[in-house]
Formats: sequence, structure tokens, C-alpha cells
Amino acid sequence: MRPNLQLDEQGRLRHFLSIQGLDRQMLNLILDTAESFAGVSNRTVKKVPLLRGKVIANLFFENSTRTRTTFELAAKRLSADVLNLNISTSATSKGETLLDTLRNLEAMQVDMFVVRHGESGAAHFIAEHCAPHVSVINAGDGWHAHPTQAMLDMFTIRRHKPDFGRLRIAIVGDLRHSRVARSQIVALNTLGAAEVRVIAPRTLMPNDMRSLGVHPFHDLEAGIRDADVVIMLRLQKERMEGAFLPSEQEYYRLFGLTEERLDLLHPEAIVMHPGPINRGVEMDSEVADGPRSVILEQVTYGIAVRMAVMSLCMQQTPGAES
Amino acid sequence: MNDETRSLDTPEVEGLIRQLGERLQADLLRHGVSDPLMVGIHTGGVWVADLLHRQLGLSEPLGVLDISFYRDDFTRIGMNPEVRPSDIPFDLEGRHVLLVDDVIQTGRTARAALNELFDYGRPASVSLLVLVQRNGRELPIQPKLSALQLDQDAQVTLAGPAPLRLFIGHPKQVARAAGEAA
Repeated sequence: MRPNLQLDEQGRLRHFLSIQGLDRQMLNLILDTAESFAGVSNRTVKKVPLLRGKVIANLFFENSTRTRTTFELAAKRLSADVLNLNISTSATSKGETLLDTLRNLEAMQVDMFVVRHGESGAAHFIAEHCAPHVSVINAGDGWHAHPTQAMLDMFTIRRHKPDFGRLRIAIVGDLRHSRVARSQIVALNTLGAAEVRVIAPRTLMPNDMRSLGVHPFHDLEAGIRDADVVIMLRLQKERMEGAFLPSEQEYYRLFGLTEERLDLLHPEAIVMHPGPINRGVEMDSEVADGPRSVILEQVTYGIAVRMAVMSLCMQQTPGAES
Repeated sequence: MNDETRSLDTPEVEGLIRQLGERLQADLLRHGVSDPLMVGIHTGGVWVADLLHRQLGLSEPLGVLDISFYRDDFTRIGMNPEVRPSDIPFDLEGRHVLLVDDVIQTGRTARAALNELFDYGRPASVSLLVLVQRNGRELPIQPKLSALQLDQDAQVTLAGPAPLRLFIGHPKQVARAAGEAA
């Protein structure tokens, strides 16, 4: 990635592709802006006119109803027009190349692409090839990054525990395949979290974890002890069928978050999960629905955070309206 | 262009706001409006509204609007880096609303505030009150009451909240003086 691809000449956000390359000031700007948008959902009219007249295309090469819905709702709350394109079943499967699809959408005066793709780097590729007035937001690419999910997690944490410098955060689960975890780790480091621990079976723990400045654990109970925040990652079913894990039951026995294990955390700790939860695999229902869980808040805050990212990216860019 | 920069100190500014409040009370009485709601526009409007709210002894808390998301120049100047959430802690449906700002010139801020207010509900009426009105309206919006009227060329900045000082005069000098006061 070119170092400044995400920023314009004035250092403002132009695309949102990865947490990497953004400084603490920018992350705080996103969180502060999201804070202002959080109240919009409680109004009689749940909309602001900021992006009226803009067109945002959700390009989902990979299905994700929840992420697409929150991006769509965020765009609509900003008064933008939204196109939802399920690319895997339309243009590209008819032989149209990705760049052809982009050019056609640009010809329809689309101002922003929200891109979800199974290949790492897809959103960067689109950002490098799109028209100068178009912004690109990465809604998850391969194993690489899911920056808006990471930012909504940071927003949720900050709402409960504003001082990152005092926090011990444990991320539990499939670190090897998790784009969410990678983005979370970079965001937590950038925001100055006191300690980030990652906890996973050896088969699901990448070798380079220490180089990211985190503390790896293979024992859940040791890893979550006294943690202020525990983020459970979703386990993909296909990992169970591969060579990564013996069984769901075995994973749950060793790495599942149970009510008894909650006692190991700091008394005021919160429990997070990007959803959807495999109940009885990553955690018990009692934990998911319990008083420490902020999982539904994450969903709600996802809209405000995506509104913030979209509006910051749609500020004046080269070639935009003058 | 006015080359002289003058400033009004806290007692003078508070005196102007007090006079504005007295005229407002008389106006409300004349029109039979009891128990109105008051909403200040970030940032200076909130400081003025806070004093007026106390003077009138209004029962409902003071509402606050940040009109950043309603500006009509977003694509030109981008996001205000200091957006604060609006807070309208009451149901304004069918109520009389007193909308307060520190300065009105073009009328665009008042327009944005009206748009935002109506996203919270449909008030019975909205009256605009400002500390200072300048010439140079670009929209058909006039305040109901103002404490001061100035030429278009004079720059006006209210610094605050404590001490409250009003700077009037040459734009660069006013910006410098207000910056030093802050």
C-alpha cells in the first residue's frame, strides 16, 4: 500500500482501508465523530442531511448480511442513496472484469464504494484504480483487515472504559484467520492500550504475533486473568472440518467463555464478540446474554462508527464539488 | 472596513444579554407564551442561552444544537473537527421554542438549526434571538430580537464562557484578540 493512499494532501481521511497508517489523532477523530452520530438514532427523524445527493455502492463480493445492513443503514442515516450489489452473482460472473464494473458504477456517478472481498488487498486495489472523487471503505478483505469492525469495537470499549492506557485487553479465538483481530490489535496499539493479550490454540495462533506487540497465550484461564476487556472471536465452522481443531466440543472445553471463567476477569470487565455468536462454542448463552456482555451495543455503535467513517471520507477530495 | 477593534468586557456583555432577556420576557407576555423551551446553538449561542435561561427561570433544561451535520458547505469545508452531540432533552412537539445564537449574518446557521430542530419534532413556533446581528443576510431569516446591530464589515466574535467578551472590528485583529482571550 502506498503510505498516503488513505489520506489526502491535507492529511484528511480519503479512503478507509486499514487501521495501519492512521495515527492516534485520526482514530480519535473517528471515535469523536461517531460519538456525535450516536444520538441520531434516538431522534424522531433518524437522519442527518450530510451526504444528501451522494451515492454509495455496497460492493459485496462475499456475503455478509449484518455488515452490509449496518453500512446501508449508516449511509441512509446520512441521507445518501445506496446501491447494494452482490457482485458474485452479477457482473463479474458474466465475465465483466472488476475494473469494468468499477468504471460502469463511476459512470453512474457513484461517490463511494464499500467493498467486502474474500481476497486480501481487494479494497486497496479498488482504491488505487477508482476515479479521484470516489472514496473506498474496506468492509473486510480476506484475512487482512476489517477496520470499521475494529473501530466500532474501540468505540464500544471507550464508552465503557475511556482510558486505553490503563486497559488489559484479551482477544480470544482464531487469530490465524481473523481480519477483525488484526485490525483490533493495530487499533489498540495505536490508541495506547496498556496490554493486549491474544489467546488461541497453537494451530490458530500465527507465528508473528509477538512482532505485533501483543502477549500470546495458549491457556485461556491464564490469558484472561484480570483482563478489563475480553473480545471473543467468531470460529468459522470450516476450521472445525480442517486440521485446525479436533472438534467444537474440544474447543469449547479449552477456549469457551463460561460463567465460571468470568470470575477470573476484572470485576468490571466487559465481554465482546463481533457476531454472529456460535453459542456453546465460543461462549455460553448465559455469558452472551449476561450483564457483562456488550455485544448488542457493538451492533448499535457499528452504525454510528460507519456514519463517521463515511462522512469523514466524503469531505472535499480532489475533483469533488467546489 | 472598520480598522478599530473594540471589546466589550463581561459586565457589558452580560448587561446586553440581561436587556435582551427583559425584552424577551415582555414579548412572551405580550404574545401569551408561557413555559417556552430554549435551545442554544454551539458554541457562543449556548453561552448566551445559558444566561437567558437562568434569567427567565425556565422549567425545562436548556437544549443544545450542534449544526455541523446540517451545514450546506460540508463538501467545501469538510467536517467540523469539534463536533459535539446535539442534546434536546425534551419533546418539542407543539411547544414554543426560543432559538438562541451569538451572531447572525448570512442566516445559514439559523437555517441549519431550524432544519435540525424539525428532525426532533414539530414545534408550535420558533423565535430566533441573537446577541448581535450583522448585515449581509443571504437567506430570508431575521431574528425576532437582538441586543446589538452592526455593519457587515465588522467582524464579531464572542469569547467565553467565562469571562464572556465580545470583540468587534477588523477581522484579523478580532481573530487575534479572541484567540488571546481564549
